[in-house]
Amino acid sequence: MGLFMFRLEKRPSPSAFWQYATPVLAVLLTMVAGGALFALLGKNPVAAIRTIFWDPLFGEFAFYLRGQLLVKAGPLILIAVGLSLGFRAGIWNIGAEGQYIMGAIFGAGVALAVFPTENRLIFPVMIVAGAFGGWLWAMIPAVLKTRFNTNEILVSLMLVYVAQTVLSKAATGFLRNPQGMGFPGSRNFSSYPAARNVELFAGSGMHWGVVAAFIAVIAAYVLLQRHLLGFQIKLAGQAPRAARFAGVQPTRLVVMCMGISGALAGMAGMFEVAGPAGQISIDFASGYGFTAIIVAFLGRLNPIGILLAGLVMALTYVGGEMASTNLGLPSAAIQVFQGMLLFFLLGVDVLTNYRLRLTKGRAA
Amino acid sequence: MDLSSINPAVLIASLMVASVPIMLAAIGELVVEKAGVLNLGVEGMMIMGAICGFIVAVNTGSPVAGFLGGAAGGAVLSLVFALLTQVLLANQVASGLALTLFGVGLSSLMGQGFVGIRPPLTSAVDLGPLADIPVLGHILFRHDPMVYIAIAVVAGVWAVLRFTRAGLILRAVGESHEAAHALGYKVTRIRIMAILFGGAMAGLGGAYLSLIRVPQWTDGITAGAGWIALAIVVFASWQPWRVLIGAYLFGGISVLQLNLQVAKVPIPPEYLSMSPYLITILVLVIMSSGKGRKALNAPAALGQNFHASR
Repeated sequence: MGLFMFRLEKRPSPSAFWQYATPVLAVLLTMVAGGALFALLGKNPVAAIRTIFWDPLFGEFAFYLRGQLLVKAGPLILIAVGLSLGFRAGIWNIGAEGQYIMGAIFGAGVALAVFPTENRLIFPVMIVAGAFGGWLWAMIPAVLKTRFNTNEILVSLMLVYVAQTVLSKAATGFLRNPQGMGFPGSRNFSSYPAARNVELFAGSGMHWGVVAAFIAVIAAYVLLQRHLLGFQIKLAGQAPRAARFAGVQPTRLVVMCMGISGALAGMAGMFEVAGPAGQISIDFASGYGFTAIIVAFLGRLNPIGILLAGLVMALTYVGGEMASTNLGLPSAAIQVFQGMLLFFLLGVDVLTNYRLRLTKGRAA
Repeated sequence: MDLSSINPAVLIASLMVASVPIMLAAIGELVVEKAGVLNLGVEGMMIMGAICGFIVAVNTGSPVAGFLGGAAGGAVLSLVFALLTQVLLANQVASGLALTLFGVGLSSLMGQGFVGIRPPLTSAVDLGPLADIPVLGHILFRHDPMVYIAIAVVAGVWAVLRFTRAGLILRAVGESHEAAHALGYKVTRIRIMAILFGGAMAGLGGAYLSLIRVPQWTDGITAGAGWIALAIVVFASWQPWRVLIGAYLFGGISVLQLNLQVAKVPIPPEYLSMSPYLITILVLVIMSSGKGRKALNAPAALGQNFHASR
């Protein structure tokens, strides 16, 4: 028929150029497809894309919105850095949302238990408690995986639903504000100085969670480049057989990866509840744990990449809220937009490992 | 507490209804996994089926058209998964997650004008004298057609996998795609068709939620049913009849916990409502402990991508 078609040809080794270019290409493709979606919704696509990607950085209210970027990026980066370690080793913790919730409940619980004591140690203890809560929640799928060979994907996800129920119980029951006149929700941390996750520089959006995110990026980078565990993680992902011969213990790897990601997610939840969110409430869980999965992939499971990806994703949150108030764009549209990004990312990733060859169509 | 308010006959009858969505989604996913593909996007395909089916049914006034629309909605979304994993060779776990994240968002966007509307009613099948049998008639023979269609689909999948050449080829592709390719079977094409079937079944299950089980549209209507369907496939050790048992088990648990809540059992309702998820975990542990993947009967090529180098 003389029909031209593309054929995939495996590259001898992944293309260094496309490794960096695919995330950028994916963002551009998402802008085009997202613009088409916004046009379908009857909005001006150019205005919508500009509101999401340009205005928060350089627009009229950028002085305020830039700070909001860090507020959103902090938890996303913190969670995604943890997830990326496991994803690299083929350990799929997709229940970060649950670990985030449990971290918030543990962290807030510790503070509320000693309310209204003022002590400098309260906030550090809350951080530890938050990390512990997330770690504990992640240890359930980790131990079930290592002891009983149970699928960690399904267990960690099921535990998200369990955590959400615990959250609603916390907000309406055991952590409810006793002076809240029966309304659901805990005491607000903005009126509890010792337990408050303060903004470090006014207007910057910089709080302790953002600091922790930066530290996590650096630590993960060092871990992957310099530490034996990092080497084992990379080896287990790229060549599982070789990893076994090299003496990598799968059990230890699962426990470490799940534990680190759980602890970081829990910490993110604690920083959020004591800072930007302010209190344990029924709708506290906002899906950061799931969006962080997109961030991890957009950053190509690389700590520095995740830092940038977290900022880009934060832009879609902040810009999306702007587009929602200014242009009436439904907030669900932003969720679709973020989902699209992951689609394009996974799709164009083929260029990293394969070459596209134009061939004359065979009679198939 | 008033346990006497729970009528066993009504309980079993509503169990049969409650299990339909997960049964359909699980049997679809079983076919997909038998072909060697792990599609974790069941939740996303289900919720797309739920909203597409709801929109079509409300606009046409016909539940039948609604169910067809639901199946189409699920299948279209699964086509994206097929494109990503079969043509562009993307990671199946990540692509499945993407499908769920995208599907949940898109369904919420599509459903904005449809909150609080009631869908057209699906009437029960008229099985004549069978429905008049005391007790048994109420339990088994007074349901809507989808209850019976779901069982028929399970039976059909069982028969096709066991007795037909098409079933044999599908299993061969799932056990060893290299060997199937060497024998001249179109691995990619067969897998894409399996993925589409899985998407359509998940969509149908989702449509059942929004059209009959709930019946209305709310954001996040599936509430993890797609993930439970994935767990049921493991529970069933990839055997169709066990999907039926698994679906009834989980349908039973969700109905029972609702009944216990109504009967004011002295267990906080929050803990009762988390029970389906906890029991899913428990079942997964029991099924996977000590025996390993081989004894579980999982298709050997599950989750591996296929690229014909020649």
